Amino acid sequence: MSDDSGSAEIRHDQARWSTNGTYEPLLSEKDSTEIAVDADAAGLPDELTRDSVELPNLSESELARHYTRLSQQTYGITSGPYPLGSCTMKYNPTFTEDVAALPGAAVHPDRSEGSTQGTLELLYRLQGYLARIGGMDAVTLQPPAGAAGEFVGIRVAAAYHEHNGESHRDEVIVPESAHGTNFATAALGGYDVVSLPSDESGRVDLEALEAALSENTAALMLTNPNTLGLFERDIQTIAEMVHDVGGLLYYDGANLNALLGRARPGDMGFDVMHYNVHKTFATPHGGGGPGAGPVGVVSELAPFLPAPRVREADAESADGPREADGPDPTTDSTDAIYELFDPEHTIGTVHGFQGNWLVLVKAFAYIARLGDEGLADASAKAVLNANYLGSQIDYEIPYGPFHHEFVASAGEQDAADVAKRMLDYGVHPPTTKWPEIVSQALMTEPTEVETKSTLDQLAAAFNAVAEEDDATIEAAPNRTTAKRIDQTSAARNPRLSWQALDADDE
Amino acid sequence: MYGSRTTGSPYAPHTDTETVAMLDAVGVDSEEALFDIPEPVQFDGDFGIDARSERATRQLVESILERNDDLVELLGRGHYGYYIPSLVDHLSDRSEFLTSYTQYQPEVSQGFLQALFEYQSMLVELTGLEVANCSMYDAATALGEAATLADRLRSVSGSVVLVPELLAANKRSTLGNYVAGTDLTVETYPMVDGAADLDAIADRLDGDVVMLYAENPTVRGTIEPGLSTLGDLATESDSLFVLGSDPVALSLLERPADVGADVVIGDASVLGLPTAYGMGLGLFATREDYLRQVPGRLVGASEDGDDRRAYTLTLQTREQHIRRERATSNICTNQAWVALRTAIHAAALGPDGLVDLATRDVTRARELAERVDDLPGVTAPVHDRHHVREFVARVDGAASTIAADLEDHGYAVHTLGEDELQLCVAGATDDELDGFVDALSEVVR
Repeated sequence: MSDDSGSAEIRHDQARWSTNGTYEPLLSEKDSTEIAVDADAAGLPDELTRDSVELPNLSESELARHYTRLSQQTYGITSGPYPLGSCTMKYNPTFTEDVAALPGAAVHPDRSEGSTQGTLELLYRLQGYLARIGGMDAVTLQPPAGAAGEFVGIRVAAAYHEHNGESHRDEVIVPESAHGTNFATAALGGYDVVSLPSDESGRVDLEALEAALSENTAALMLTNPNTLGLFERDIQTIAEMVHDVGGLLYYDGANLNALLGRARPGDMGFDVMHYNVHKTFATPHGGGGPGAGPVGVVSELAPFLPAPRVREADAESADGPREADGPDPTTDSTDAIYELFDPEHTIGTVHGFQGNWLVLVKAFAYIARLGDEGLADASAKAVLNANYLGSQIDYEIPYGPFHHEFVASAGEQDAADVAKRMLDYGVHPPTTKWPEIVSQALMTEPTEVETKSTLDQLAAAFNAVAEEDDATIEAAPNRTTAKRIDQTSAARNPRLSWQALDADDE
Repeated sequence: MYGSRTTGSPYAPHTDTETVAMLDAVGVDSEEALFDIPEPVQFDGDFGIDARSERATRQLVESILERNDDLVELLGRGHYGYYIPSLVDHLSDRSEFLTSYTQYQPEVSQGFLQALFEYQSMLVELTGLEVANCSMYDAATALGEAATLADRLRSVSGSVVLVPELLAANKRSTLGNYVAGTDLTVETYPMVDGAADLDAIADRLDGDVVMLYAENPTVRGTIEPGLSTLGDLATESDSLFVLGSDPVALSLLERPADVGADVVIGDASVLGLPTAYGMGLGLFATREDYLRQVPGRLVGASEDGDDRRAYTLTLQTREQHIRRERATSNICTNQAWVALRTAIHAAALGPDGLVDLATRDVTRARELAERVDDLPGVTAPVHDRHHVREFVARVDGAASTIAADLEDHGYAVHTLGEDELQLCVAGATDDELDGFVDALSEVVR
């Protein structure tokens, strides 16, 4: 199983289906059938219906081949290593798909509480799991993605300040190295964004923070470890400073995988946080989503959370018991009755129903499978893997000690070209050119699922590319379905549908 | 199976020997030594969560979900339980689709990008608008994004978003959160017999309305007859006309482009997902004029180094990872895999299948309304309109009591107010509808 030989080079020639010089043709090139719409058949007047519909009309076997070929022209975690920094591309256990497909999971959100006790129990237990893992008092599962979780956090902060007669707070502070969603979310919430530079060590600059904080501060959004993989050692001081001016401290959960079972945002002084279940709890990323971004808060903020939440029907307080104090969430069978309730000062909803339910089922199953030991081991091995990989690559890593991810510098090379060339070595490259604090950044997060030998393969890919000349890396990739794609042409001449393709393209 | 490891994550493959070798390479003697966490904030407690085998975990989830009653659902109001062809599950579950992420490296992601490009193209056909993005979260959040789009485009001096008084409560609430950071205010227009009150809207559009929203079908299942008039009114008053719909209804009903819609939003997962406790797929399509203001990801065609057509995410300077606080939206992770499923489902139906499905939604809703209208103490449909998929019925006696009695018979329906039920045919078989009519006749007797 282990490979100590050091000669760990893999190659991958990706599938490349083509017909007459075109990669796998579009559905519309395989068939396009226009049919007239018959209003009479529906018993509708003509003016209420459209005239026609033109779409591909293909047999089941043709579609099976079409989508199988498209899947072969797609690289996933099951294809090979996928160390995309900040995205936590873990292996997705297959059994979680099975439990999400259980007939009992297929229920409508407008069903009565009495007929959906299973759904409510699972949601309640997951609220409890997440509260314990994050050190938070109350959790909403409604946000359908991390950015939606951030938005809930910002809306909750706004409602809290307004409730306290402090609507004048109109600034949200965000470190320069933060995820782009933090800035965009604060702006969506109507806040002025105050950008915070890093200090020489790559962490929050306390003097700059002091200067940025004021009576207008609504919140500081932080991720910890930060995007360089560094733990914000001064987190307690930071929390104190933010709280002293009456602001709230928001935790971006993108990097929670580094801390599972070792440190909790609630214990560090964070007031509100989101969890990225598609990162930390291994639900599939699905080519871009769906994820889920539950939000945990301290008890003071619980009355503002989105409606509804789930509680035990005999809960004594209006806001239900704190999830973290609730009954042991690991009990295998329970006769408890659950109900939905609206928090007292709720901000309302941020989704038409209760978010990405099927994703939540998978996250619940993952946490229940791993338990305390597995969760703590996940963070240990994620940090070990990043550090081992970091020790094996030739590119410089300017900042440390890092945890689950590191940001290497491609030096004189262009990081985007390095990434393209790594594709030829059978691996997915890291996130590139971000955070900008590192020149030609290669942001690398291998996660706990890689073996020593796949990490050696990854390192071999990094190191091979590091030795190559610019001409070689600029000509890459060569073994992928498509050669280097012209981004400028795509943006200058947008063709966003098969209807928009020129005759030349077809 | 896991070497000499005794505890830990079943998905972390390290043997103890490998762990030691890796620690040696890093130059530390324990995993703990890798963590740079100040002592006061270290967590040394436990969560109290027991690890389980895969089998035990599966049994746990099964035992929990078994507490959900097995009911025939005549439920809709924005979330539907159409039959999902087996093909959709098997193809979308191919692990390359399931386990990939956003296509930051398009050369190695051509398959998923093409599937999303095809999804966008299907929505272009169904809406008649030139641009569809490759997903928002759901209909409610897509409506919120449409309002912020209207805010950015702002061609009138006012700040009113005008929406129907009959609108799903969560949609209205979500919209409220999306506009909370702007100076937009949400107001409602009245409805007459389940459709937009055109005269009232004409009076209201006096220059301060930035966005006019209508739905077809409405939340009560009525087909909106006044769309062209609404489109004209919106054009005259420089308001953005936003229309809510879905791919099934769009296959049969008036094409949004033909009634002057500027934006179409809705839930595209009516195709592709079974009932999933409200999980959705936000449809978002608009005119080419607004391309640079579109929220969310867009897949475009380009050329690769061999001069062949290839696909890539494009116009990313609109997005948060480039434009930060000036982005058109904060969305990052979206619903791409659901869009894949929706595209497969739509392709499996084909144009005939899609139109047939929508046509049957009209005829079966009409037939069910006639059958329940024949029962004593039931009037249906309440609104003298054409319906698709669902309709409202008035009952003598308390609707909540009748719904509870129906649940005892194995059927779930919506209750609206004191004396109305809403019934949806989308997910039910003909046999199930027969059984429902029998049950209702017993309950209202």
